[in-house]
Amino acid sequence: MAEQEVKTKTPPHPGGDNRYKLLDRAITKHHNSGYALIEILHVAQGIFGFLDNDLLYYIANALKLPPSRVYGVATFYHFFRLKPQGEHTFVVCTGTACYVKGANEIQKALEKECQCKFGETTADGKISLMNARCVGSCGLAPVAVIDNVVHGKMTPEEAVRCVRALREETKKEVAV
Amino acid sequence: MTLEELREIAEKERTRQAQYKHRILYCSSAGCFSSGGESARSAFKKALDEHGLTKECELVGTGCLGLCGEGPLVIVQPDQTLYQHVDEQVAKRIVEEHILKGQIVKENQLDLNDPFFASQKKIVLENMGKTNSESLEEYIAADGYESLAKVLTEMTPEDVINEIRKSGLRGRGGAGYLTGLKWDIVRKSVSEQKYVVCNADEGDPGAFMDRSVLEGDPHRVLEGMAIAGYAVGANQGYVYVRAEYPLAIERLKLAIKQAEKLGLLGNRVLESQFNFHIDIRIGAGAFVCGEETALIRSIMGRRGRPRPRPPFPSEKGLWDKPTVINNVETYANISPIIRNGASWFMSIGTPKSPGTKVFALAGKINRTGLIEVPMGIPLRKVIFDIGGGTPEGSEFKAAQTGGPSGGCIPKEHIDLPIDYESLQTVGSIMGSGGLIVMDSTSDMVDVAKFFMEFCMDESCGKCIPCRVGTKHIYMMLDKIVKGEATEDDFQLLQELCVMVKESSLCGLGQSAPNPVLSTIRFFREEYTKKLKPATCYESGNGQSTVLQNESK
Repeated sequence: MAEQEVKTKTPPHPGGDNRYKLLDRAITKHHNSGYALIEILHVAQGIFGFLDNDLLYYIANALKLPPSRVYGVATFYHFFRLKPQGEHTFVVCTGTACYVKGANEIQKALEKECQCKFGETTADGKISLMNARCVGSCGLAPVAVIDNVVHGKMTPEEAVRCVRALREETKKEVAV
Repeated sequence: MTLEELREIAEKERTRQAQYKHRILYCSSAGCFSSGGESARSAFKKALDEHGLTKECELVGTGCLGLCGEGPLVIVQPDQTLYQHVDEQVAKRIVEEHILKGQIVKENQLDLNDPFFASQKKIVLENMGKTNSESLEEYIAADGYESLAKVLTEMTPEDVINEIRKSGLRGRGGAGYLTGLKWDIVRKSVSEQKYVVCNADEGDPGAFMDRSVLEGDPHRVLEGMAIAGYAVGANQGYVYVRAEYPLAIERLKLAIKQAEKLGLLGNRVLESQFNFHIDIRIGAGAFVCGEETALIRSIMGRRGRPRPRPPFPSEKGLWDKPTVINNVETYANISPIIRNGASWFMSIGTPKSPGTKVFALAGKINRTGLIEVPMGIPLRKVIFDIGGGTPEGSEFKAAQTGGPSGGCIPKEHIDLPIDYESLQTVGSIMGSGGLIVMDSTSDMVDVAKFFMEFCMDESCGKCIPCRVGTKHIYMMLDKIVKGEATEDDFQLLQELCVMVKESSLCGLGQSAPNPVLSTIRFFREEYTKKLKPATCYESGNGQSTVLQNESK
């Protein structure tokens, strides 16, 4: 009997990480329903920043889904990240309007400056370069989204300047 | 909440607004926010506080004012003066000169008689620049929820469907299926549970109409969905929004909460027997989820993979129940149709494509932004009158509609009227409404490659023609761009395009070759001049030549 009870209730995470309590709350809100998988993954990514295997197993267990299903969904959608991000995110929009207005020049300049490709994080873990398929601010193309703030009418020079500024900023924080 | 109470709220709100001598409406859409709208807002607030004008002048956020490239934009009521490039300095001047002294700040004023504004016809965007996008009361004061009340008190579900059918409204998501017909099928399907779904997964790069509507006037979409729910007999609706649109999600959540509080959504809507709940589902960045069967699976928490149709979602949709799926803009059209009647709607646009269409104008054009024009308007008018033509020193080359599923309209077809049928004759589609202008600097082969790369990345991988075909088309285009392809490759590319188009499972694959076919049709010489001169292999057919080339 006792064993059955444990199975029906989501077992607390053995690591004792308090952030799992937040996640549990969201799971309970959706009645542990497998249909809410994408919502739960959104919440989990919001709390943890990215989805590691441990977390995906935990969600699979809580929603009573096969781990393959959870992994399948997490990898299908571009929005979910399975790796940790840099301290700052630099997203370059590569939608059609931005493309026509020269987003690829910005990308080239950034890859050179950061010495890493898009979709990767710089070696020092400071900046993640990412692409977006259109952030919907086409009137201001080309557009970059730096730490969730949209910057319109970007140029390669301006982008490189922003990256340098971000690096300086983190250095200062470390110095303090 | 009854109809009388609704009208009372409207009346009360109108008197409240009339108290103010001036109302400053700043654009609170993502476009203007990213060009410094927030600092303009706080500058206004500071200036109004300083001059003690808070009782005479109200400061509110409104929907997209259209001319996104010249933002931040601000409208001053009652005289509807529109200002552009409003930074902190200009905001201060507007308060000190316009509000206090009644003198218009000429340098930043935009002329509303300019063709950009005068050539437009606003139905979907009618509340942009007029109401506060976060206030339910202001929406009600602008005749909001009046249509829902009319439907619930005076009309049977059949009447509603007949009215929508008579109006000739066609789905604004791109395919142009008759909305009334779709609703009728769902209405007639026998099931104890039906659903209404709003497709706000605007994945088409270069399109931002749905985002602007959801951010600027979310209640209009909710009202349209509720009317659809009543017409087909559904009690649950879902809005599927992209996760990339956080502001739209926030506004929708607020709008649903407000409407539920006043009894305009939820159980017993407007004290009738009709129940209707709306939930939000947030997408996670997959273009294929704009396809209706994929979207349905995504709402159910699965991978967004399409399935063959029939059965169509109107018979077997969410959880295998009959489901109405329409685009944001389609739902936004419902309330004005009910309010003004089908014949009014028929009088706008062309007989086969009545009404208006919202376009997101972007690319190499002087005025970028959100426009709403009557159907059948010539492309020339949109690009040269409304858009102000291409920037100085460059020449218009082509306009691209329909995003990665559409095609290009070249210069020689510039007088083409914009409606569903005419666009098809030149191999393009209406699409959801992205209109990207290209000038002489754009290389059309590169454009085709750009779209193909997008389709290749976004292919869900379920059917082989799309999964493998898009990849190979991309590789061939890459070869052409690099100047390594021969005439045989070019032939093979065209054959492959037709094959992918004809044998793919869903709309994504079926339309993925469109940009390539369309650019080949109109800009063939750009392809051929990149080809290598024919090699002198002694091989039998084209394919073996290609293989030999590759093996080298």
